[in-house]
Amino acid sequence: MVKETIKQHFSIYKDIIKEGDLFTKLSVLIMGASNLRRGQIVKGLLFLLSELAFLFYAVTTGFQALKDMRTLGTQTQGWVFDETLGIDVLTQGDNSMLILLWGVLAIFVFGFFLILWKSNLKSALEVQKLSENGKKIPSFKDDVMAHFDSKLNRTMLALPMVGIIAFTVLPLVYMILVAFTNYDHAHQPPGNLFTWVGLANFKTILASGSAISKTFWPVLGWTIVWAVFATGLNYIGGILLALLINRKGVKFKGFWRTIFVLSIAIPSFVSLLIMKTMLQPDGAINVLLKEWGLISKSIPFLTNALAAKITIIVVNLWIGIPYTMLITSGILMNIPADLYEAAKVDGANAKVIFRKITFPYVLFVTTPYLITQFIGNINNFNVIYLLSGGGPSSLDYYQAGKTDLLVTWLYKLTASSKDYSYASTIGILVFILSATFSLLTFRKTSAYNNEEGFQ
Amino acid sequence: MKKTRSMSRHKKRMNVYSYIVLIVLSIIWLLPVFWVVLTSLRKESGAYTAYFMPKGYTFDNYIRLFTETDQFHFARWFGNTLFVAVISCIISTFFVLSVSYVMSRMRFKARKPMMNVAMILGMFPSFMSMIAVYYILKGIGITQSLIALILVYSGGSGLGFFIAKGFFDTLPKGLDEAAYLDGATKFQIFRKITLPLSKPIVVYTVLTSFMGPWMDFIFASVIMGDNYDNYTVALGLFKMLEREFINDYYTRFAAGCVLVSIPIAAVFISMQKYYVEGIAGGAVKG
Repeated sequence: MVKETIKQHFSIYKDIIKEGDLFTKLSVLIMGASNLRRGQIVKGLLFLLSELAFLFYAVTTGFQALKDMRTLGTQTQGWVFDETLGIDVLTQGDNSMLILLWGVLAIFVFGFFLILWKSNLKSALEVQKLSENGKKIPSFKDDVMAHFDSKLNRTMLALPMVGIIAFTVLPLVYMILVAFTNYDHAHQPPGNLFTWVGLANFKTILASGSAISKTFWPVLGWTIVWAVFATGLNYIGGILLALLINRKGVKFKGFWRTIFVLSIAIPSFVSLLIMKTMLQPDGAINVLLKEWGLISKSIPFLTNALAAKITIIVVNLWIGIPYTMLITSGILMNIPADLYEAAKVDGANAKVIFRKITFPYVLFVTTPYLITQFIGNINNFNVIYLLSGGGPSSLDYYQAGKTDLLVTWLYKLTASSKDYSYASTIGILVFILSATFSLLTFRKTSAYNNEEGFQ
Repeated sequence: MKKTRSMSRHKKRMNVYSYIVLIVLSIIWLLPVFWVVLTSLRKESGAYTAYFMPKGYTFDNYIRLFTETDQFHFARWFGNTLFVAVISCIISTFFVLSVSYVMSRMRFKARKPMMNVAMILGMFPSFMSMIAVYYILKGIGITQSLIALILVYSGGSGLGFFIAKGFFDTLPKGLDEAAYLDGATKFQIFRKITLPLSKPIVVYTVLTSFMGPWMDFIFASVIMGDNYDNYTVALGLFKMLEREFINDYYTRFAAGCVLVSIPIAAVFISMQKYYVEGIAGGAVKG
């Protein structure tokens, strides 16, 4: 399979050597030569122009940018004695951050050019064959029209791809590379340089006695506990609520549903910030409980580590249950009625019906949703950050509190302590965590294996 | 005879239990909403009070939110957010629908690899790249501007195509083929056949991308820094709860929350049906 794809990739070069005429072979060096020869003037010129533009870029900045990537800068900014002036002057020095950024950009430009160059070769051979067989050579207009029909995928993907590359892929590649450098609070450009350190950050985080490592493992543990509870409880709670509202005897179903949907409809940052103030030691919940005489001392909802963890999971139910309820309502109504009738004839009671019919059915249909939810919860920034801010803080942890998830810790490492290299390393570890989990589960679902089956 | 009567009594009792549970749950669910409305109307200022029900009621908090603009300009924030939300919603919807249609309906060599890459990219925490994005925007020279926000919210949105693609997958392919045989181009098929059949997923996409900017404050705070004038409501309200402001601004914060929530909640509840259909069609299948 892999061998075949590689073969396919290189077959174009073999064909060019074997079948290409002079102009097609010339296209290897001068892009668009073959197109120009057979009368595809606009297309040929576009190829040629992009080649010239690329060469200009490569010579002026591109190659240098790639070369600088190897060291990430050697000249530290500082005071250097200037003999002609006779005083110390501040020299600019290298900026590792910018060098890395330009380097990544250069890699992308080179890669993009390679793709363009290859499509130039394909086009060269194609147009040569067309003219040899005496067929009509498509004009520029024909080419443009084809981009709204058989090649529509290119037209429709062009802009979104540019956006994705500029705002997701490029920054991500940059940050992944940062994980292999020592870009932390002690190495901040332009004052200081940072450089490649290999896997040192992974080693520090995973297996050293340092504070970071002592933070990582407990935070990872809590992240997993949180994701399991948040996903599982929301899911079961949502199904039960949907069943309750869908019961035959319950009237005004729309009304009840709307009440619960309200908690999804209100922007989550609003409800979470409100909950946060309500749950303070002097907040509304404690005041209410005191007014009713249920407690005399405030409950430390968010100030005690264990209480905070429980509080966060419970508050998350407030947001999550209605969401599952909304999604499973429709599915519940689609469960074939004869299944229930058969079960009733056999004398099954409500509990058994739920365990043996309803739950397995819903679970089967919503597995992909459940997986996305689990991964979403591993990365659930808002609930933690807005409710507890990761607190209560702990002296044993490096830049993290007792309820911090890996992602909120990552955020703190970036935003407050500027330990970018550690933050990036944690990002990669979170990725490995979610990727392993989805590989284990998602590939088993029919939504993945049976993609064409639904069309 | 006796048995059916006891059955129906049993049923009635179960119904009463159901209503009791529903009412208790509703109270729990509505309590924070009720409380924030109360606080927004509270006459006494200050963040925390030693009693639940306010001593006096007033509309001043709402009025002052719009009139005292020297420190925080709420009306402006609202306008900013609306502007950013509308523009990035248009761009995102266009991106998401394009990508998902192509991935669902066209077959080309790079399709599977692209979908796998998209899935891989989606598994990295989204603000891992925040700092790099910030430096890129700084490089272009547009930090602290609304355009930067729009770019950040909509630029990479094409990646979120999985749900819409799932929905398109459920539309029968036979229609496409019939139109194709009649000489329609793929683009015409997309515009005249697929889109009109996809109202739920279009509404879903519009809704989620419109609501994004109202909820986010992380990217907004990284990009805007201390430029209060270009804040969005989420960021502004978050700011009001900081230690130096919370005592003066708490009741106004509550008023702001109510004002933001009303339009969003109204839109969401009225569009709920499509939202569920969109998700159910796209994300939930065996």
